[in-house]
Amino acid sequence: MPLMSTPAISVDGLTKQYEKIAAVKAATFTVPKGTICGFVGPNGAGKTTTIRMLLGLISPSSGTGTVLGHSISEPQKYLSSVGAMIEGPAFYPALSGAENLRVLATMGGIDINRVDELIDLVGLSGRGGDKYKTYSLGMKQRLGIAAALLPNPELLILDEPTNGLDPEGIQEVRDLLKRLAAQGTTVFVSSHLLSEIEIISQFIVMLRKGEVVFAGAIEELLFNQKPTIIVKTENERDLAKIAEIARAHGHPTTIRHGQAHIEGPHQWAPVLNKLAFEAGITLAELTPTLPNLEETFFEMTGGQS
Amino acid sequence: MIQVFFAEWRKIRRPTLFFGTFAAALFFNGLITSFVYLMIDSPDGNGDRGRRIGRDVLGLASGSVYGFASIGGLLGIIVLCVFAAQSAQEYTYGTLRNLLVRQPRRLVLLMGKYAAMKSFALLFVVINAVISVAISIYLSDRAKVSTDLWFTSDGWSAIAHTLVNVYISIVFYAVIGIALGIFLRSPISAISIALVWLLILENLIGAVKPVTLDWMPGNQLATIAQGGTPLLSYSHALILGSSYVLLALVASSYLFAKRDVAN
Repeated sequence: MPLMSTPAISVDGLTKQYEKIAAVKAATFTVPKGTICGFVGPNGAGKTTTIRMLLGLISPSSGTGTVLGHSISEPQKYLSSVGAMIEGPAFYPALSGAENLRVLATMGGIDINRVDELIDLVGLSGRGGDKYKTYSLGMKQRLGIAAALLPNPELLILDEPTNGLDPEGIQEVRDLLKRLAAQGTTVFVSSHLLSEIEIISQFIVMLRKGEVVFAGAIEELLFNQKPTIIVKTENERDLAKIAEIARAHGHPTTIRHGQAHIEGPHQWAPVLNKLAFEAGITLAELTPTLPNLEETFFEMTGGQS
Repeated sequence: MIQVFFAEWRKIRRPTLFFGTFAAALFFNGLITSFVYLMIDSPDGNGDRGRRIGRDVLGLASGSVYGFASIGGLLGIIVLCVFAAQSAQEYTYGTLRNLLVRQPRRLVLLMGKYAAMKSFALLFVVINAVISVAISIYLSDRAKVSTDLWFTSDGWSAIAHTLVNVYISIVFYAVIGIALGIFLRSPISAISIALVWLLILENLIGAVKPVTLDWMPGNQLATIAQGGTPLLSYSHALILGSSYVLLALVASSYLFAKRDVAN
């Protein structure tokens, strides 16, 4: 897909300081127009704070940013072209789903007739007239996505859009986002489902403790990563010994979720198997893997060891 | 701002809120207006704080709206609770962030909310006035109150004045309610603080030291609704009440415009 030169989002040194805590530290990244950009990071990394600054809901302590070419200090100039769902759906419980959308459509000067169209699009046909408080988590999420789509946005910002959705719903959202991107909408989507982000995104912004650790094309990120061998031992206490052996042979290793993640090409797997046997360790699993976003994410954001 | 106005009305007109508010108001309105006429000969009084309102007072040109003026303060408290809850709920539900994405000019959003509130208050006042006057007419015969002066030109003028005074009072209460909702961001806190202050603390302090009632905000707003009382002049109540409301309006608008929306 050809990328246009004007970025949909561009931030430079964006910082949000809460007394002694910096929620976002000098974040700098750009999101090209017409792409799907994943926004990932552990809980508390500063994703939602960054999104709120982009939407003019909170003011940055320092730094600058533009959205659709306008400064984030003047959100009234671009928000009519932006759809957003921030930190999950939020609606009036006593109003119906459709009436909630009508409140927002009326507020934004958007054609009310679009509401029924969007209710159908997100799979809430026949339930639009029911009160929001009767909706399941998945239905609430779908309504949140419908609300974000109300202005037919140039830029769609979604915070964890697949939360609470069943596999079918996740697939529908994935297809919807791809379709919107194909029509020229820029999608900036945060999610903790890294496999989802890897499937749909071309670009990625990775945050850790408020700092951007990577911003760019996913291909570029994965290209720089080394293949990994995942090892599980019959006795979990042997994992530390395996890590010791691997490190002694020059292969950096981390232990996560009861597995050793050893950097190394697939050719080294049989060597490791032999070394483990000689050390009296029985391997339960030995899987060479190519770099993927999840591995890379944990490596770059310092996942649990 | 007109878009905000109509969007707000979509929320206000929902049956549980709209009819619930009117039902509560009409209940108290009917009760208090009836009380004035049915208890007219009671030695315990038929007015506020045990005052006796005689046939001579009710037979004046302003007699038709005496009951309505008396209930103005209570109607104001009902409206205060409704709008305190409405404004605070935007924070607790997290809906404010959606509204601000669709209308990022925060003061325009707030002014639209005030405009919707004022139109609601107008409807609220007119309907309650009609009901109160109707009850007064119905019970006047039974209470042997003369209605000869009620619908003279002086009578209509008194009705108009009372409508305006009660309307000002109710709008002032609603502004205080919205401001409390913005300050506290919690419907329960906003409503309970307002009720404790208006219904308990002001009365307690006033009972211990009556002169303080001349300065109490709730007493000013109730006095505006009544067009003044023997103890407090209308002009004093209007000037002081307006000052309190202006202060609440400016402070809450500043906070609404500048505060981060982080929930």
